[in-house]
Amino acid sequence: MATSVLDHSDSTAPGHTGLWSWITTVDHKRIGILYGATAFLFFLIGGLEALLIRWQLARPENDFLSPELYNQLFTMHGTTMIFLGVMPLSAMFFNFLIPLMIGARDVAFPRLNAFSYWVFLLGGLFLNFSFLINAAPNAGWFGYANLTSRQYSPGLNIDFWVIGLQILGVASIAAALNFFVTIVNLRAPGMRLMRMPMFVWMSLITQMLLLLAFPVITVALVFLMADRTFGSSFYTPGGGGDPTLWQHLFWIFGHPEVYILILPAFGIVSEILPVFSRKPLFGYAAMVFSGAFIAFLGFGVWSHHMFSTGMGPVADSVFSLTTMLIAVPTGVKIFNWIGTVWGGSLRLKTPMYFALGFVAMFIIGGLSGVMHSSPPADLQQTDTYFVVAHFHYVLFGGSIFALIAGAYFWFPKMFGVLLDDRIGKLQFWLTFVGMNLTFFPMHFLGLHGMPRRVYTYPSGLGFDLMNLTQTIGSLILGLSFLVMLYNIWKSVREQPRRIAPADPWDAATLEWSIPSPPQEFNFAEIPTVEHRDELWWRKRKAGGPLPEPARVSGKGIHLPNPSYWPLVTAVGILVFMTGFMAGGVVLNLAGAAILFFGAFRWAFEPTG
Amino acid sequence: MILRTGSRERVGWRVWLPLVTVALFAACGGPFPQSTLIPKGDFAQMVDEVFSATVRWATLVFVLVEGVLIVAILKFRQRPGDAEPTQTHGNTVVEMVWTIIPAAILTFIAVPTVRTIFRTAELPEGGLEVEVIGHQWWWEFRYPAQQIVTANEMHVPAGRPVIMKIRTADVLHSFWVPQLSAKRDAFPNKYTTLFFTTDSLGEFTGQCAEFCGLQHGRMGSLVVVQTPDEFAQWVERNQVGSPLINRGVVAADSAAADTARGAGRAAQDSIEAKGRETFLAAGCIGCHAMVGTPTAGVLTLQGPNLSHFGSRRRLAAGMLPNTPENLAAWLRDPQAVKEGSLMKLPRPLTEAEISTLVAYLRAHQ
Amino acid sequence: MAHAHAGTIHHAEQPSAHTGLETRKLAIWTFIGSECLFFASLISTYLVYKGKSLIGPLPHESSQCMLHGRLQECEGIFEISLVTVGTAVLLFSSFFVVMALNGAQTGNRRRLIGWLTATVLGGLFFVGMQVYEFTHFFHKGLGYTTNLFGSTFYTLTGFHGTHVTIGVIWLATVLVLAIRGKLPPEKALNLELAALYWHFVDVVWIVIFPTVYLMR
Repeated sequence: MATSVLDHSDSTAPGHTGLWSWITTVDHKRIGILYGATAFLFFLIGGLEALLIRWQLARPENDFLSPELYNQLFTMHGTTMIFLGVMPLSAMFFNFLIPLMIGARDVAFPRLNAFSYWVFLLGGLFLNFSFLINAAPNAGWFGYANLTSRQYSPGLNIDFWVIGLQILGVASIAAALNFFVTIVNLRAPGMRLMRMPMFVWMSLITQMLLLLAFPVITVALVFLMADRTFGSSFYTPGGGGDPTLWQHLFWIFGHPEVYILILPAFGIVSEILPVFSRKPLFGYAAMVFSGAFIAFLGFGVWSHHMFSTGMGPVADSVFSLTTMLIAVPTGVKIFNWIGTVWGGSLRLKTPMYFALGFVAMFIIGGLSGVMHSSPPADLQQTDTYFVVAHFHYVLFGGSIFALIAGAYFWFPKMFGVLLDDRIGKLQFWLTFVGMNLTFFPMHFLGLHGMPRRVYTYPSGLGFDLMNLTQTIGSLILGLSFLVMLYNIWKSVREQPRRIAPADPWDAATLEWSIPSPPQEFNFAEIPTVEHRDELWWRKRKAGGPLPEPARVSGKGIHLPNPSYWPLVTAVGILVFMTGFMAGGVVLNLAGAAILFFGAFRWAFEPTG
Repeated sequence: MILRTGSRERVGWRVWLPLVTVALFAACGGPFPQSTLIPKGDFAQMVDEVFSATVRWATLVFVLVEGVLIVAILKFRQRPGDAEPTQTHGNTVVEMVWTIIPAAILTFIAVPTVRTIFRTAELPEGGLEVEVIGHQWWWEFRYPAQQIVTANEMHVPAGRPVIMKIRTADVLHSFWVPQLSAKRDAFPNKYTTLFFTTDSLGEFTGQCAEFCGLQHGRMGSLVVVQTPDEFAQWVERNQVGSPLINRGVVAADSAAADTARGAGRAAQDSIEAKGRETFLAAGCIGCHAMVGTPTAGVLTLQGPNLSHFGSRRRLAAGMLPNTPENLAAWLRDPQAVKEGSLMKLPRPLTEAEISTLVAYLRAHQ
Repeated sequence: MAHAHAGTIHHAEQPSAHTGLETRKLAIWTFIGSECLFFASLISTYLVYKGKSLIGPLPHESSQCMLHGRLQECEGIFEISLVTVGTAVLLFSSFFVVMALNGAQTGNRRRLIGWLTATVLGGLFFVGMQVYEFTHFFHKGLGYTTNLFGSTFYTLTGFHGTHVTIGVIWLATVLVLAIRGKLPPEKALNLELAALYWHFVDVVWIVIFPTVYLMR
């Protein structure tokens, strides 16, 4: 079996540079960067979709967008932000950080890791391709039956949606399996579960949610595809089917999905607040158990998305109570974060700005969530802008703020260069003001009677000023991301570069003990861990900062060989799935052949 | 609490200025005729009571928690020469307290919630039953007891419970008139129920609240609350030529319809006769039931029953006021008014046909 | 060459110091856990739509069966005896693969190849039984879209059958490796992973068989 004889200390050696090295990479750090760059691009596309929506809604009776295009845009905005934005941005952090934080050289299955990325990329391209033929999905990001039936959605739009999501589901499940096994089995000696960084804990719980929730939407989508392609009646009343089945199956997935979106953010913030408060996370155990409890209970609240469907008072009451119950561990987390900050010595750098902003905004989003938990109240709020306000506070003010905080925090580790802190703070204020200006009035807009998913609204209902305000806010948000792009570009380009040391923030976890950026093998020697916040403990014992870790040759460390079979297999999946929409059985068979061929070659290639 | 005055001021305005600005923006912009916060029906009022309770608690929690957060940020900013802070890992008592208190607050929300859930599940006695049927993109209303059918505009008497049995003829919709009652989704394979009683006379607008395709944004509804006498008169007018009463009878309908309108018989004959002729020739009866035509005995075809279209305040499901100009524009090119509407004319109408139809439809009060 | 450190991959067939499980074995168990939700959703849907078909054919005999435009008595379409045999074969094949694994772990080549062949044959028999059953049903008028019973039944058992087929291919591949002498005791894990998957497929059938075929 061939082993890699590359000199691991020199990342410019042959095999480490060039497009081919990125296509065949199985290095978790590179895959993380691929995820991050791709997801950020999709995020900007989703943002553009939002700006177009807001431009249309700036004035009543506006005709900037046709109703069809508007419906495609709001559907794709939601689908893109969730599946192509927040989730893969979280995956960027899972990929880059988990092996480093647990003291491992890579994830358990590096080629499966690469496979997940390629399937994600192909799935995202497939979904967005639909725009080019004016057939983008247009029934909302949760596509309720029976609008999505062939009868009422005769075009290819929903087929793109179903197949795109199935492809993306494969990527998510494969990645979740990988990270779950990695965290459970590849921890460094001494890294007991209750010594793991909180980001790793939240990631572990997230992977379990992914593994248990995605199969359910897979089944839901199989039924929808069967209805549309073969004429069954899973969701159509004509053949005895019930559209409510879709809602149940979708939300049994959909509610855990929102915890999938927020738990990594919880983890990121739980890393940043202690570092910039210079004291440990308050109530580590409570944070672990509350996270686990939220995830567990998250499978028991799904019908709170269905309070207006007339399920009956008993069902309404049960789901109302479970939803209220889930607010308790969520509150515990918020208080623990405040408890971390309280009594600390706060260094207000950009990551800390966004982390604190996260807490402030998530409180608002959580409170509007509690308001939804009461079915009578929710009967006025559901399907209005009030809900739109709620989930943008938790998803933007929550997840996105945390992801930006994480980007600023870990950028120096990933790229060896610090981002400009002053520009970062400018970005923060633009984001903060823009976000609140865009989403806060939506609470009132919804309560004053504006439903969601409407391509326009009449004047005279009092919606005009708030909508205009929201559009202005969204433009400020757009500007804030241009500022972020500028910051990245400037920090990487400018000379002299602001080289980042291994540990620029005086942080607590193992990734800061190795050079920035890390060498391919991560650790010259696998560390032995004796404490939570191991690095802080080492610095305390040494009486001060540790010496800058040297870059070593890494000879004798075995790393897996690069491979292109993950990409081939991913292509097989894309081709196979496309056959259900166009090209027929021939394409199904061709795709299956490519898939099996790729998988077999993958299974039998020497791994090095 | 040692605070540098300068740093407090510098940070403080960044916090309250945006919040105040936003609050001002949000509060201004009224009036809000479709607002859930101005309930006029008992269902909406019951809902508003629970909602107000949650708002009070939420505001309290918001002020307290955000307040503590802001105080923490201001108070504990790192200053030159600061020692390492105490490395607190947690505090069991504090953590138990802040677990129990939110749980207790939630109980204060849960109790009125469950109570209201059960109260709103009980249908009131002696209600006026209205069958609400959602279509893409308009509302059909049938009154079984009164045996009438109409579209987009529901008349009800003040002071009497209105019980709505809701379903859809195609995809999911949701019937929502915010000031009177909350919303309820419409399904193709079962009925859902909603009710309200109101003492407020007037007109209340609503919108479809479940995405139902292209023109979901233009699927408005109107509830007209009248005195019992006015309501009885409206019912009587709509009973004329109602397919629920006079199924399949043509001649009697047209005569009755003419009588019901009152003024100038000859003029009426002409408008009615010419209009009917055009209505048939243009193919309108392919989709619209209409008194005095062969579709008089049909409740509803694909489009709304137009037998009493003239008395409706708005057209195209609340999109436009029902004026001659708007009606003419609609007939000229419905796709230009409401793109994707399922009203696709078999052939374009001439201007003469349009003005005939406008008079005809407006005469059908 | 092998590193004893946790944190290396691939050659670490040694169990993890933290869990005592080999990484690939943990992966298979995790995958199985996820698949449980997949089949749970399919089975739940079958149960939710049980008895809701608007027309026949129906699974069990019924006096209220809408067939050929009228409500009539009709025979149930299931042939329980055939499926029972198939079920027994599948269950036995799980036992066979345990014997084969023992052969692999102890280096007993004859035991390994013999029992593994029996396992593959058992799997093929089961798939064959299903193909026969589906064809038979189709000829009796139960298409995929005929009614809710057809849709839910074919989807559930079809996906299960697909899983069995993938299992057969996997086991056959390992069998070929074994015949070529490439499955010494140190590599017995390769068979163990396939066997675990095979047991899972069997357990799912143990749930499907009574739920779909036996319950009325």
